[in-house]
Amino acid sequence: MSTLLEVSGVSVSFDGFKAINNLSFQIGPAEMRAIIGPNGAGKTTFMDIVTGKTRPDEGRVLWGEKSLSLLKMSEARIAREGVGRKFQRPTVFEDQSVHDNLLMALKNDRTPWSVLFFRPKFKDLARVEELASEIGLSDELNRKAGELSHGQKQWLEIGMLLAQEPRLLLVDEPAAGMTLSEREHTTDILVEAAKTRAVVVVEHDMEFVRRLNCKVTVLHEGSVLAEGSLDHVTQNQDVIDVYLGR
Amino acid sequence: MRPFLTLFGAAILLALSLPVQAGPVQDILQEHGAIIEKSSRKTIEPAIDALANSGLPQAQQVLEDWQAKDMWLRKEDGLFFKGEVLPSKAIRLSDFDTGEVVGEADKTALKQLKPNSGIRALIATALVQFQLSDPDPARRAEALIAITRAPDASTLAPLRGSIEGEVDPGLKARKLRLERLLTISFDPDEAARIGAIESFAGDLGVDVRAALNPILTTKRRVFAGDPPGDLNIARMLKPGSDALPEAEAYDLIVAAKLGPPRLTPDDLRAAMLANIENGAVGGVPVAELSTDAARIRAYAALANAGAVPAAVTDAQAAEAVKAHRFADIYDEPSKPVTDAASATLSAVETKVALNQALDLGLDALSLASIYFLAAIGLAITFGVMGVINMAHGEFIMMGAYTGYVVQQLIPNYTLSIIVAIPMAFAVTFGAGVAMERLVIRWLYSRPLETLLATFGISIALQQIAKNIFGTQARPLTSPGWLDGAWVLNDVVSISYIRIAIFVLALIFLGFFLFLMKKTRLGLETRAVTQNPRMAASMGINPDRVNMLTFGLGSGIAGIAGVAIGLYAKVTSELGADYIVQSFMTVVVGGVGNIWGTLLGATMIGSLQKGIEWLNPSNTLAAQTYMIIFIIIFIQFRPRGIIALKGRAAGD
Amino acid sequence: MKNSFLMRNPSVLIFLGLLALFTLAVTLMSEATGAGLISTSFVKTLGKTLCLCLIAIAMDLVWGYTGILSLGHFAFFGLGGYMIGMWLMYERTRQIVEASLANAEIPPTPQEVSDAIGTQIFGVVGGSDFPAIWAFADSLTIQLILVVAVPGLLALIFGWLAFRSRVTGVYLSILTQAMTLALALYLFQNDSGLRGNNGLSGLQNLPGADGIPQSVVSIWFFWASALALALGYLLAAFVVSGKFGSVIRGIRDDEARVRFLGYSVEGYKLFIFVITAMISGIAGALYYPQAGIINPAEIAPIASIYLAVWVAIGGRGRLYGAVIGAALVSLVSTWFTGGQVPDLPLGFTTIKWVDWWQVLLGLSFVLVTLFAPKGIGGLFDLLDGIRSPKRHGAPLGPDAGALREREAQE
Repeated sequence: MSTLLEVSGVSVSFDGFKAINNLSFQIGPAEMRAIIGPNGAGKTTFMDIVTGKTRPDEGRVLWGEKSLSLLKMSEARIAREGVGRKFQRPTVFEDQSVHDNLLMALKNDRTPWSVLFFRPKFKDLARVEELASEIGLSDELNRKAGELSHGQKQWLEIGMLLAQEPRLLLVDEPAAGMTLSEREHTTDILVEAAKTRAVVVVEHDMEFVRRLNCKVTVLHEGSVLAEGSLDHVTQNQDVIDVYLGR
Repeated sequence: MRPFLTLFGAAILLALSLPVQAGPVQDILQEHGAIIEKSSRKTIEPAIDALANSGLPQAQQVLEDWQAKDMWLRKEDGLFFKGEVLPSKAIRLSDFDTGEVVGEADKTALKQLKPNSGIRALIATALVQFQLSDPDPARRAEALIAITRAPDASTLAPLRGSIEGEVDPGLKARKLRLERLLTISFDPDEAARIGAIESFAGDLGVDVRAALNPILTTKRRVFAGDPPGDLNIARMLKPGSDALPEAEAYDLIVAAKLGPPRLTPDDLRAAMLANIENGAVGGVPVAELSTDAARIRAYAALANAGAVPAAVTDAQAAEAVKAHRFADIYDEPSKPVTDAASATLSAVETKVALNQALDLGLDALSLASIYFLAAIGLAITFGVMGVINMAHGEFIMMGAYTGYVVQQLIPNYTLSIIVAIPMAFAVTFGAGVAMERLVIRWLYSRPLETLLATFGISIALQQIAKNIFGTQARPLTSPGWLDGAWVLNDVVSISYIRIAIFVLALIFLGFFLFLMKKTRLGLETRAVTQNPRMAASMGINPDRVNMLTFGLGSGIAGIAGVAIGLYAKVTSELGADYIVQSFMTVVVGGVGNIWGTLLGATMIGSLQKGIEWLNPSNTLAAQTYMIIFIIIFIQFRPRGIIALKGRAAGD
Repeated sequence: MKNSFLMRNPSVLIFLGLLALFTLAVTLMSEATGAGLISTSFVKTLGKTLCLCLIAIAMDLVWGYTGILSLGHFAFFGLGGYMIGMWLMYERTRQIVEASLANAEIPPTPQEVSDAIGTQIFGVVGGSDFPAIWAFADSLTIQLILVVAVPGLLALIFGWLAFRSRVTGVYLSILTQAMTLALALYLFQNDSGLRGNNGLSGLQNLPGADGIPQSVVSIWFFWASALALALGYLLAAFVVSGKFGSVIRGIRDDEARVRFLGYSVEGYKLFIFVITAMISGIAGALYYPQAGIINPAEIAPIASIYLAVWVAIGGRGRLYGAVIGAALVSLVSTWFTGGQVPDLPLGFTTIKWVDWWQVLLGLSFVLVTLFAPKGIGGLFDLLDGIRSPKRHGAPLGPDAGALREREAQE
């Protein structure tokens, strides 16, 4: 199996505190992976590094078949390379309609000049409709995103992520604050997405992780503590220590 | 007996119209009577010299009386007396030689000699030699100052003569130094001059440079051949070099009348105007004279016809320049003296440059303390609380005006400053709290709108100040003990007021550190800033803390206002002048760190002084370049000199 | 395409219609072309107001839509004015000098003409040589190009530096203010080459139009200003209407999110910053010939802050709001500072509005910020019966959204 993203030997510290310590991580082109770990394990910092928000002190982050280094790229460039990220809290553009939100995320030329003269073609509009139905927001297309419920915003954000057509999806706690049925829907969307691309889900909720039914990486104090199926890692004595306390 | 005789004799002699029998002083005065009476600066000198060099014990007194306009001339016999105006308007006369009263006379029978200021100065110079040995040390010191002010060859001998008998060690040292300075300028003996020059190596005194520089003055001269050997040549000049461009070299030739002047565009034009004939000049029609080439053609034709002198062509000028030698010649003829002077002067100037650098450093430091003072309030409101207050400058202004008002009520400057500082704090603290309660607390999460709202307040406050106090600058006078300067040497000095501001800045720095690190309020402020909800759940009242902290920052701005008001003029725009620099100080230093603010102030202060030093004529340009530098600096350290790192720094 | 754009944005049509009506009304009432009901100086005031509306639109684009509170756009406005002013002053002086030299006994050389013009223009600052920046002052075409090129270039360099290092929010505002201050201080120097604090004057006289009365010149400039405003409005409406508008509003509300969508935020900001600087330059180039004089005091940071005040009072994030704000505040300001408002006796003292207008303006600005963040434009929402959307969470102002969200996140 080839590798889409390879993180090796990455460390970063904030004012002496080592948030990530010699972390290595790999994921293939069509794979679902869940990352779990207690608070402060470095889950969000890991995502920050991959998306270019934080620059590590040392280590390599290689991407794709050509093994490009992501460390020298800007956030926007990394996003255009095909890394999509969903934040912990839903961040959609509340002042704009669902339709505009999705249209903005659609994979198109993103240079200012072409965006200025961009007029949506039929296929773009069709794709927006398709995504909207996929995330269950077909009836809300013309409403402002700020008016949506919390769960709807989460889906809209996932929809925007899918519209980007990324090769790697980084999803931070997608199920937070959702009802049970909403969670099931979210799981379906993610599992469906993982068939064609890599998906990394950071989640606290073990039930949700179990439902994803994928390989699990446990982070602790900035490095990988255990890796394997959920059942495998939950049997691991180190993991039990970390989660339940010594 | 003597007065009787004198009176008697005078009466007889008068009656016989014979020369009066008088003392030596009167003789001298009589000898120069005409020029004394004429009282002209140009001709008076022999009279003064005669008196001063007479060696008579009365000479000093006579000169002093003359200088004080107490010398009177009796019209009937042309004798000079010391006169004293009595309450009865009559004049009591006394004899110069004996000092005895000879009688009274009516004003109409006398003529008062009123030497003008020029003559009085000459008399003063002449008096110096007497004063140098005066028993009163104060008068001796005055004499030294008089010599320093107007050094003269004639004072050298009396000065040397007075050194031996000088008892006051301070005055003796001054006399010795002055003697060496006068030796440099006036001693005929070359070796003595060189010795004196070399004795000043490394001396920073302005007087030394003033004595040495005239020795090294040069004149630029042109010579047909090699310069004569008896001239003291400073350097030979090569025409066409930076020191002497070709054009200047030719101008020298013209000035020395070694060649004809060049044709300037104005001469050309004048020649055209003077020679218009039948609508043409030298055969060239007037209408065509709109280019230099046509005019030169016309001029050449005129020259051929003999109407104007032939113009010097560039080639001729170059030829002439080549044929001559150019040199800077010292006015001072002695080469050993000029060599010694230039060696000593360059040693002195190296030392002066070092000291100037030190002085510049002190200047920069004091400017830095002013910026720090102006910015420290902001370091609290903006740096710690994150509230951007564009009216901060107006709080500084309010502090300064509070100081002004207090001074109007309490005339004692020391007392009024002591009262003004807490008053200024109280006023601006109140204003800050009011502003926080009324405006800022509604806008805590909207920084850009805070910026604009506080700007509205800033505009309003400025205009209110203008309406109350008018547009002219109001003085805030510092107490007497802050006047003057701490003088290290002739180059390095720093005024006490700047030292006071520096000390105040240090006090504020200490106060800030104490407040933030050691007090309950500091702890609560940091807690509220970092996480208001958490702080609230710990029993801290965020409203109260915000209000107090903001008031405190504003209050410090008020105190800074008093300090800045002492140093600058108090106007309604006082604050506006400092606001951008203050924000720059905080931003450059690194928001949220007082040491950063200190470094920022130091950097901006030094930078501004440094640029001003490079381009002293233009302080506006210095500010422009400084701001450009800051903009570029922020490129490399967007979070300032001392930056918070990690997630705490936010985006 | 244009048609559909206008159809989708009816407010643009309404605005253009009203502007046309206004222009027609002023034309019919002016001294030169109509009944003479309004004076030439008032026509100039109205023309200048239209220029201020144009720069307010630029400010709205950069602040209301993109969220960059620039305190430097009046610097670009002033630069535009200086660029056109150089040509006006040079050309007019040249004509006067040539006319006076034509009577001389012998015709002048080009050098003499140039020296005479130099003495005329730079005599006040004790010079007579032309500084290098006047190299193109004799060419109207080049100076017209410089009207947009100089502000554009300055904005490009400054914006590139500032955006590249991710300076945002109030820091950026302070930095733009510093830029403006630096430029103003530079121009205040006598050796800046632009006549120091004397500035450029006599700009109201068009070269070669000596026979034409000011009443006619003023109406020409009024028309030009109205045309520029109409075109500027159209351009701005075009920029904000489509996906580009969506992106820049996204940048305003959450810059980081837009970046993670793959848009290079810096490029967009730079684009908006430069294009608004150019619009400001054009507005300035039309404004100062009507004002007659430009000096460095016009560029002082306070002017740019007033600009922000106008846009805030009119209503950010809507183009007509900016126009309303600029027109209303600047006209009312002219009225108050002109001494035409009767004094207000309070018994113990009398309020002279010339002195107190600034206080009133400052305080009203605080009130607008506190109680009517949408400005006057918000009234139109009420008229339309459009309620502001019911949002989950606190009401978000244009620049507040991002911060609130980020705060909540961390």
